[in-house]
Amino acid sequence: MSGYSITEPSRRQKWVAGTLVVLYALITIMPLIWIITTGFKSPVDSISYPPKVLFEPSLEGYVNLFTTRTRVSPEQLAQLPPPKRWYEEIVRNRDMVIAGPSRYGERFMNSVIIGFGSTFLSVFLGTLAAYAFSRFKVPLKDDLLFFILSTRMMPPIAVAIPIFLMFRKLGLSDTHLGMILLYTAVNISLAVWLLKGFIDEIPREYEEAALIDGYTRFQAFYKVVLPQAATGIASTAIFCLIFAWNEYAFAVLLTSGTAQTAPPFIPTIIGVGGQDWPAVAAGATLFLLPVMIFTIFLRKHLLRGITFGAVRK
Amino acid sequence: MAEIIIKNLRKDFGNFTAVQSSTFKIEDGEFFMLLGPSGCGKTTTLRMIAGLELPTSGEIYIDGEEVGQKPASERDIAFVFQMFALYPHMNVRKNISYPLVSQGFSRAQVRAKVAEVARILGIEDILNRPVGGLSGGDRQRVALGRAIVRNPKAFMMDEPLGALDAEFRERMAEELRALHDRMRATTVYVTHDQLEAMQMGDKIVVMNHGVIEQFGTPQDIYDKPATMFVADFIGSPAMNFLKFRGSVERGATTISLGGVSHGVPEMREPRDGDLVFGVRPEHVRLVDAGEYRGKVRATEYLGTTQIVTLDTSNGPLKARIGAEQPARVGETVGIEFNAATVTLFDSQSGQALRSDLNEGVIGHG
Repeated sequence: MSGYSITEPSRRQKWVAGTLVVLYALITIMPLIWIITTGFKSPVDSISYPPKVLFEPSLEGYVNLFTTRTRVSPEQLAQLPPPKRWYEEIVRNRDMVIAGPSRYGERFMNSVIIGFGSTFLSVFLGTLAAYAFSRFKVPLKDDLLFFILSTRMMPPIAVAIPIFLMFRKLGLSDTHLGMILLYTAVNISLAVWLLKGFIDEIPREYEEAALIDGYTRFQAFYKVVLPQAATGIASTAIFCLIFAWNEYAFAVLLTSGTAQTAPPFIPTIIGVGGQDWPAVAAGATLFLLPVMIFTIFLRKHLLRGITFGAVRK
Repeated sequence: MAEIIIKNLRKDFGNFTAVQSSTFKIEDGEFFMLLGPSGCGKTTTLRMIAGLELPTSGEIYIDGEEVGQKPASERDIAFVFQMFALYPHMNVRKNISYPLVSQGFSRAQVRAKVAEVARILGIEDILNRPVGGLSGGDRQRVALGRAIVRNPKAFMMDEPLGALDAEFRERMAEELRALHDRMRATTVYVTHDQLEAMQMGDKIVVMNHGVIEQFGTPQDIYDKPATMFVADFIGSPAMNFLKFRGSVERGATTISLGGVSHGVPEMREPRDGDLVFGVRPEHVRLVDAGEYRGKVRATEYLGTTQIVTLDTSNGPLKARIGAEQPARVGETVGIEFNAATVTLFDSQSGQALRSDLNEGVIGHG
């Protein structure tokens, strides 16, 4: 069809738009690709100048990420029995032997426990609060909602010192519980507001029908309201997880040992045995995966969730 | 099945009184209409009977038991919502079985009951479909199925035909009435559509501003309105109101309107002052002679009948006459009324004056 149409862009327009989108996507995805590729470079390749786009892939970064190593003299190395595993061989090529596992796995697990734990708690409490705000007459409802929102009106880190002192007094410093509570406190306002919007959109008649059908208020809530709020819950969960997972400042300040999450740990890899960029990149790459998988898993809900409620039917 | 008695029921929302001291009785097996304009308190009344709102004061008896402050789940009634409120995450079968599951029926019993209901409603072929893609009529049937499946004491219906298009409405109204006649279940039905109320109801309560204006059979409400509001709200076109100043004696059978004497049913109460002469359009005759005269302002052709709008010395008047009768705009014609059908109202209060016609039907006085 030739001629101008309001609804259908011309082939040329589509081509231009497509090119722009692809270019923009390439620019934004470049750092990500760089991190992922650096993880598979050898240390020498990772700092070569000009930067190497084509390189011989190596798992050295990943091996270094998960191990601690000791340098040995060539004579001692020659006396050792031949390496049993592929990663031992990689390490010996650098005149080193594996001394033990690194702390990355532990820190990663801390991130999982604290990230998912606080996400669960935020969404759980947020859903209950949002349901109450949406359905019941709560005294001072508007003021309470504003108060909840106001907790996000300054950067959370602005209250870092009071929180640091409070955690020390309460014995919450460097504990999983402390970090879960902290991230939940930060996320809960977002969760309440997002979820209230979703629950407001669910007609009350569904619950009333369930009440009439012989169910209690709580049964109506979890059998009828929850399934319908699934979209909202999923997208809220993603937002909460992304915050808790990536949070760096509080993690640096409040954790050092048992409850340290991956973000403050990853930079410390640099100090061990020279500037080991491939190991840092490998750590960052692995760290990206859970949020990515979680998001892809809930992607359909997320897309609907972001636009949901934007248009009144 | 059960009779429902409402005593002095009242509901306040803050400073706003939605329902003021309602009292009426719904007989066992009756198809009962709550009729009124939006905001009149009819839906609030229904929701209080169902237990979705708790009354501020007053009592509700279902089957002899006072349930006013009980939760909906303990009242054993079914509710059909205007928007149907089918559970969107379940298919048709699950929607219909849902009330049974809460009562702990076995799987086999649930299957059998759902199959029976589906047969009654003619929806056997859509049982396994999701409710999302159903037509309005089918959704309505599924909502009815969910209501009738557990054999409740009574049905509450909140404008159940309101979401359907006009053509389908007619058909569902017939289906609903047929279903009721078959099951003989006490049904309380809320509507703002007076035709629907007249067509389907055994009894009608007309509400306005939270107050019951009249309670009775469709015939009584149409022929013997208790207030000007009822007379105006029921019937299309509405009852004619001709305003006049005068007085009526107890036992009078005529009144003077525009200097002409008109017959009325024998009056049972005297009144003096601003009165209203109420007559339905179909009880107005146009004649060649006649002392009371009016000028034809417009005519509306309706096939077998026509609506003629006239200007009289007491205000505009509509007459429903045969389509074949001549009525030309601009013509002046004589007007006669069917005396036995006339209702006089007090202009101030809007209440009907008691007469031979409505004695014993209207509640006040």
